[in-house]
Amino acid sequence: MRGAQAWQLEVSPSGDPATLVIALGGRWRIDQHLPAADTLQARLAAPVRQIRFDAGELSDWDSGLLTFVSGISKSCAARDIAVDNSGLPPGAQRLLAMAAAVPEQKLAARDPGPQGTLAQVGSATLEFVHGAPQMLNFLGELVLSLLRLVAGRARFRARDLWLEIEEVGPRALPIVSVISFLVGLILAYLGADQLKLVGAQIFIADLVAIGMVREIGALMTGIIIAGRTGAAFAAQLGTMQVNEEIDAYRTLGISAFDFLVLPRVLALMLMVPLLTLYSAFIGMLAGLLVSLTIFDIGVFEYYTETLRALEFKQFAVGLSKGTVYGAIVAFAGCLRGMQCGRSAEAVGHAATSAVVTAILLITIAASIMTVVYYQLGI
Amino acid sequence: MKETAHIEVRDLAMAYGDFIVQRGLDFTVNKGDIFVVMGGNGCGKTTLMRALVGLQRPAAGAVLYSGEDFWNAEAEAQQRLKRRLGILFQGGALWSSLTLAENVALPLAEYTGLTPARVDEIVAFKLALVGLAGFEDFYPSELSGGMKKRAALARAMALDPDILVIDEPSSGLDPLTARRLDELIMELRDSLGTTIVVVTHELASILSIGNNSIYLDSESHTMIATGHPQDALKNGHPKVRHFLTRGGTA
Repeated sequence: MRGAQAWQLEVSPSGDPATLVIALGGRWRIDQHLPAADTLQARLAAPVRQIRFDAGELSDWDSGLLTFVSGISKSCAARDIAVDNSGLPPGAQRLLAMAAAVPEQKLAARDPGPQGTLAQVGSATLEFVHGAPQMLNFLGELVLSLLRLVAGRARFRARDLWLEIEEVGPRALPIVSVISFLVGLILAYLGADQLKLVGAQIFIADLVAIGMVREIGALMTGIIIAGRTGAAFAAQLGTMQVNEEIDAYRTLGISAFDFLVLPRVLALMLMVPLLTLYSAFIGMLAGLLVSLTIFDIGVFEYYTETLRALEFKQFAVGLSKGTVYGAIVAFAGCLRGMQCGRSAEAVGHAATSAVVTAILLITIAASIMTVVYYQLGI
Repeated sequence: MKETAHIEVRDLAMAYGDFIVQRGLDFTVNKGDIFVVMGGNGCGKTTLMRALVGLQRPAAGAVLYSGEDFWNAEAEAQQRLKRRLGILFQGGALWSSLTLAENVALPLAEYTGLTPARVDEIVAFKLALVGLAGFEDFYPSELSGGMKKRAALARAMALDPDILVIDEPSSGLDPLTARRLDELIMELRDSLGTTIVVVTHELASILSIGNNSIYLDSESHTMIATGHPQDALKNGHPKVRHFLTRGGTA
C-alpha cells in the first residue's frame, strides 16, 4: 500500500523561528501505517511557540489524520505552544473541534484498587464476611414468605409452580437415571470386592440399599440438581434483574420474593425427595445387575436381602436429606440470582456462584445431618 | 475524498416464517446520502436493517453494495463487504465484559494490524468525538443509557466505515445530546463522505438530517414513499404526511 500514494510528512521552520510548519501530503488513512504523534516530540522544543499545518499536498484522509493532529495538539497544550489548524481541510477542522468540545473528564479515571496477593485475600475475606448477613437476610425473607404461604397470604401464580415442578422434576429424570445407575454400579463393585474376602457377597444388597436410600441417592440428586436447576434459577432471576423485571414487581407492590422465589423453593422441596427415591431405586437396580451377572447372586436372594435391610427409618433419613438439599439448591440459586448485578457477565457469575454455594452448603448439611442422626441412633 | 459505496435494494422481501413483514422494497442509497428509513412501530424497520447488514437473510430480492450482491456472495466476499459497514444497534450492544476503550479497540485490533499505541490514540479520539473523553476505563454497566448509545457510535465508527447503519440514534437521548449526535452524523458525511442509513422515527432528526428516505407501511407491508423527507412532508402520500406531522394532517 505504501508507494507514491503513501503519506508524506515534512516539518520545517518557517521564516520566523518561533513557528513550526507541519506539511502533510499523500494519503493519511488508518491503513497506511501512519507515524505516531510522538515522533514530533523532539521538534516541539524551546524556540517554537506556534505550529501550523500545511495540507496543500494532502490527497486523502480519515481518522488517521485526525488522531495524529489531535495527538500533536495534546503535546503542544502541555508545552504552551499555540496550534493553528487553519491549514487543515475544513472537514477535519470541524471534526477536531467536535472532539475538543467536551473536555476530558478528569474525575473519570479509575482507581483499580490494591492489587497484591495480601490485598486480594483481604478483599475476598471482607466479601465473605459481608456476604454472611446477606445470606441470613435472604433466609429470613424466605422463612417469612413460607409463613405467609402457610397463612394463605403469599401471592404467586399456581401455573408458575406447576411449570417449575415440571421443569425440575420429570425433566431431570434422564440425567438422574444415568448417574444413579453408574453410582449404584460402582458401589456394588466396590462393596462386593471387599465382602468376597469374608465370603459375604450377599451383603452387597444391604450395602447398596442402605447406601443409596440413606445417603447417596439424596447426595447425587442434590448435586445434579445444583448443577442443573440451581444454575438455571440464578441465570433466570439474574436476567430478570438485568431487565429491571424485578424492580417492576417491586414498584407494583408485588413481593418479588413470593412471586419468583417461593414457587421455585416449593418446587424443589417437593421434587427433590421424589427424585431421591427414584435415584435410590435405580441404584439398587444397578446393584442387582452387578450381583446377578458378576457375583452369582440370585434375583430372589437379592430381593429378600434388600427388603430385610430397608427399614422405614432409612427412607425417612433419605427423604429428609433430599428435602433439605432441595431447599438448599433453591435457596442458593435464588439468592445468587436476586443478588445479580446488571450485566451479562454478572449473570454468568451468579450462575457459577449458585452452584458453588449449593454444593458447599449441601456438603456441610450432609455432614451435620449424618452426625446428628448417628447420635440420635436413627 | 475517498470512494464510498452505494447500496441498491432490489425487490426485497422479508418474512418470519409465513408472516411477510415487508415486500417489494426497491430503493437506492447514493454515495454520501443520509438515508432515513421511516415507519411506525413494528413496520419492519429493524428487520430491514438486519437484512441490509447481513444478519438476517431476506425471503426474496437482493441487496447490492457497489453492484455486488451481498446475499449471493461467497462467505469471504461477504466478510469483506461487512467490514465496510459500521453498525449502531438500537440498544447499543456494547460488550459488557469489555471497557469502553476495549469495545472501540476490538475492531481496530482485529482488522488493522495497528500497534497498540496507535489503537489507543484512535480510541481516545473516537471517544472524544462522541463526547466521552476520559471514560476509557468504564464498563458499559457503569454508564447511563445515552452514554452507552454514544459509546456504541464510537465503536461503529472505529474503522472509519464507508457506510454507517444506525438504528434509532437518538432514542433515550436528551434533546441537546440528540442534536449533537445529529450534527456529528452530518459532519461524518460531509467530511469523510460516509454514507449513512438511519432507522428512526425521531421527526426532528428525519427532517433536519435526512436527504433521502423511504417510508415503510405496516398495513400494506411495503414502502409507500421515497425521496427527500421535506418533499414527503410537502406533497407525499397522505399517510407519510400524517406521520411526519404527528397526525396533524390526514
